[in-house]
Amino acid sequence: MKNEWRTFNAGVWEREINVRDFIQKNYTPYDGDDTFLAGPTANTTALWEQVMELNNKEREAGGVLDMDTKIVSGITSHGAGYLNKDKETIVGFQTDKPFKRSLQPYGGIRMAEKACSDNGYEVDPEVVDFFVKHRKTHNAGVFDAYTPEMRACRSSHIITGLPDAYGRGRIIGDYRRIALYGVDRLIADKEEQKATTRSTMYSEIIRDREELSEQIRALKELKELGNIYGCDISKPAADVKEAIQWTYFGYLAAVKEQNGAAMSLGRTSTFIDIYAERDLAEGKYTEDQVQEFIDHFIMKLRLVKFARTPEYNALFSGDPTWVTESIGGVGIDGRHMVTKMSYRYLHTLQNLGTAPEPNMTVLWSTRLPENFKRFCARTSIESSSVQYENDDLMRVTHGDDYAIACCVSSMRVGKEMQFFGARANLAKCLLYAINGGIDEVSKKQVGPKYRPITSEYLDYDEVVERYEDMMQWLAGVYVNSLNIIHYMHDKYSYERLQMALHDHKVTRWFATGIAGLSVVADSLSAIKYAKVKAIRDEDGIVVDYEVEGDFPKYGNDDDRVDQIAADLVHTFMNFVKRNHCYRGGIPTTSILTITSNVVYGKATGSTPDGRKKGQAFAPGANPMHHRDTHGAVASLASVAKLPFKDAQDGISNTFSIIPGALGKEDQLFMGDIDVDLECGIDSACAIPNLTEGLDRE
Amino acid sequence: MVGRVHSIESFGTVDGPGVRLVVFLQGCPMRCLYCHNPDTWKIGGGTEMTVDQIMAQYEKNRSFYSRGGITVTGGDPLVQIGFVTELFTEAVRRGIHTCLDTSGITFQPDKPEVIERFDKLMAVTDLVMLDIKHIDPEGHRKLTGQPLEPILAFARYLDAKSIPVWIRHVVVPGITYDQNELYRLGHFIGTLTNVKVLDVLPYHDMGKVKYQNLGMDYPLKDTLPLTREQAVAAKKVILKGIRDERNLNEKS
Repeated sequence: MKNEWRTFNAGVWEREINVRDFIQKNYTPYDGDDTFLAGPTANTTALWEQVMELNNKEREAGGVLDMDTKIVSGITSHGAGYLNKDKETIVGFQTDKPFKRSLQPYGGIRMAEKACSDNGYEVDPEVVDFFVKHRKTHNAGVFDAYTPEMRACRSSHIITGLPDAYGRGRIIGDYRRIALYGVDRLIADKEEQKATTRSTMYSEIIRDREELSEQIRALKELKELGNIYGCDISKPAADVKEAIQWTYFGYLAAVKEQNGAAMSLGRTSTFIDIYAERDLAEGKYTEDQVQEFIDHFIMKLRLVKFARTPEYNALFSGDPTWVTESIGGVGIDGRHMVTKMSYRYLHTLQNLGTAPEPNMTVLWSTRLPENFKRFCARTSIESSSVQYENDDLMRVTHGDDYAIACCVSSMRVGKEMQFFGARANLAKCLLYAINGGIDEVSKKQVGPKYRPITSEYLDYDEVVERYEDMMQWLAGVYVNSLNIIHYMHDKYSYERLQMALHDHKVTRWFATGIAGLSVVADSLSAIKYAKVKAIRDEDGIVVDYEVEGDFPKYGNDDDRVDQIAADLVHTFMNFVKRNHCYRGGIPTTSILTITSNVVYGKATGSTPDGRKKGQAFAPGANPMHHRDTHGAVASLASVAKLPFKDAQDGISNTFSIIPGALGKEDQLFMGDIDVDLECGIDSACAIPNLTEGLDRE
Repeated sequence: MVGRVHSIESFGTVDGPGVRLVVFLQGCPMRCLYCHNPDTWKIGGGTEMTVDQIMAQYEKNRSFYSRGGITVTGGDPLVQIGFVTELFTEAVRRGIHTCLDTSGITFQPDKPEVIERFDKLMAVTDLVMLDIKHIDPEGHRKLTGQPLEPILAFARYLDAKSIPVWIRHVVVPGITYDQNELYRLGHFIGTLTNVKVLDVLPYHDMGKVKYQNLGMDYPLKDTLPLTREQAVAAKKVILKGIRDERNLNEKS
């Protein structure tokens, strides 16, 4: 056995690339509490103060401190960059210094130019010239192939947010492989894959061989990236510090190559814990040191930055990178996967203060250890920065080594990837059905010239019939636009490093998405259960609606309308499935416009539910604002009726609640009076009564 | 049997442990000056519901309540003790945690037929949230319009039956925000062995609107809400009373 692997339990992971097997054979579930955790070291505090200073400068500078306008970003494009070389234990920045955003034109040179010019910078004309004349970009490829219909749908916003001018993201490389195996072994593995492809040169085999070559090239560059920072990552990591550093180099190489809409990290904490346990047992590092490594790692992840345009930031409500890390969960053998490292990751929110990135996501199960649940609850209360997802639901189809990309897209690490697909505006589609394909805002014929509805009052059966026809059309244009996008992305902006950290045969999820679900559900309910009068303009186009009477509204646990919502998802998904999906992609859909619901609403005319032109949609699968009037459980119950099997890419429900409504304030509510009396009156022995009535120590 | 229900909250998080279905029953004999639900006073109003209807609502979303259960409040649920007993009996049969939020005002220690009714209810009650409004008999009558003694007797009765109790106490400036009263209350709680939780509720005036809507005068219109700091201080005084009482007992 390799020296780096000494003391590890043997398994098939030694003979094949199989990180999951390594984790399962070697990790130590942790049931204890958080008392072992260490605070920030002096170096950590000093580095973070430096970051905060740079943060302030960046804000004062209007949001961007520095941009690279000349060097095209690649894995080895820049020399080493540091905050303070003497204090950093985990190193590496996207460019040669922190807070300097890299230039990534492969997704589209125009977007790269605009991101610079909007922030007061100008891309070197030679670079622009090169990418216009000599090296085609993803964006240019897509627009060469788009049909006029696709372009019309795009500009009328019935299909929105398509990744046709920027990186699609949503792919998670298995960055852990670098730490466990070293890059040389990964190269050897890819060489073997290349040597064993079929030999009749169908175009897919040619593409396969070319991609494998690109992957091998990327891995070689990855080794070089290690060298730039003085690390030899050709070999496996020998201790926890190296394991973190090697893993981070993989992620760093990915964000140097790709400015993706979501660049998620994966599921690294339990993997890294195996190294920490060994080093702590052997006395190589102390708990303080291990926490310091993690703090510095997380600090680096917080400093991932991309050059983006104000429009992009408006769509995503900020400047997110979606460095999602999935923590915890339960293994299929029944052992929970919480380790001390799960605590250490979350503890960075205390050591460094709260932050939205990396997006710490706890894979929640009722079977997680009680101590960890309490720690999560407390961390949530203190930081408001923890995301939770239902492991009990996802483990059934995804096993125990999946991770979340972006906010909810689950995929097995290194085995599955996703073609990100933005979303179709189902509310606008309903208006097209009523207006015979004429856009209610631009008044242009965008959709097919189906017969419009001409009656004064809308008839439910007639509307549903027309709507299904229009949905079928929309699903077709939508999926085919995505086919073009992903074909061109693979061709001109292939994620070679991230795919090098995948198995040879990869499952590809072909993601689509829905916006405006609750608007449509309520609109159809209004048409069915109340009377909806169409208000037409002088050209006969319906531009507004008058609702007479009341109707069941989605969000009140009322099956009459909840069933409409559930059927909508199912129907649309069926229309999606009827289409050919690029590269054997398996179609999925999501209902998760967490932030862009405002933008989608702005582009959509008045709807039959009484929503006025331009008003925001509800986020994701949420009921419309103020229409859920039967309490939280009723609202949640409506959303819970949506069929997950038809929306496997995720259903999101944004739910805010004032703290007082979630439980008692700990200073007033004495959870266990006897304990409290023993502790003395001024002690902090009090509990927050969370949803589960947790006792706090 | 049908109960008269004022309303049902599907996501109760402050009326007992966990997430709970909270049933507000109609009717109350108390007329607390600070009451923020005067619309639940009238006996005989509300919507008629059967045990089955309430259970159906619970079962529909049972998974939300896995660590919680059912809380019955009001009004004062003891006004409809027969219905509550039937509801809780069915809940216990289904393995649902039951919690009664009450002032205990209808308790009559010297009437065997009343005790018998309470015994039946307590046999299916997992937790009582007992609201002690005022520890001084005169003060209690002024604040609630009813005598204090049945409430203290009910507390002792629950202690004798070892039913877990959460004590709730609303602290109102000028009425119960008083060192002596709070300390005395603590002493009384200190004599009980079944108290699990002390819940100090700072008085708020959010009920005002309801009085306006009902065309009623708001009795405490000149009273300011209790601040959080005052509530924390009040809690400390009560706890001191409890401790002193317990130490006293240990020594004797």
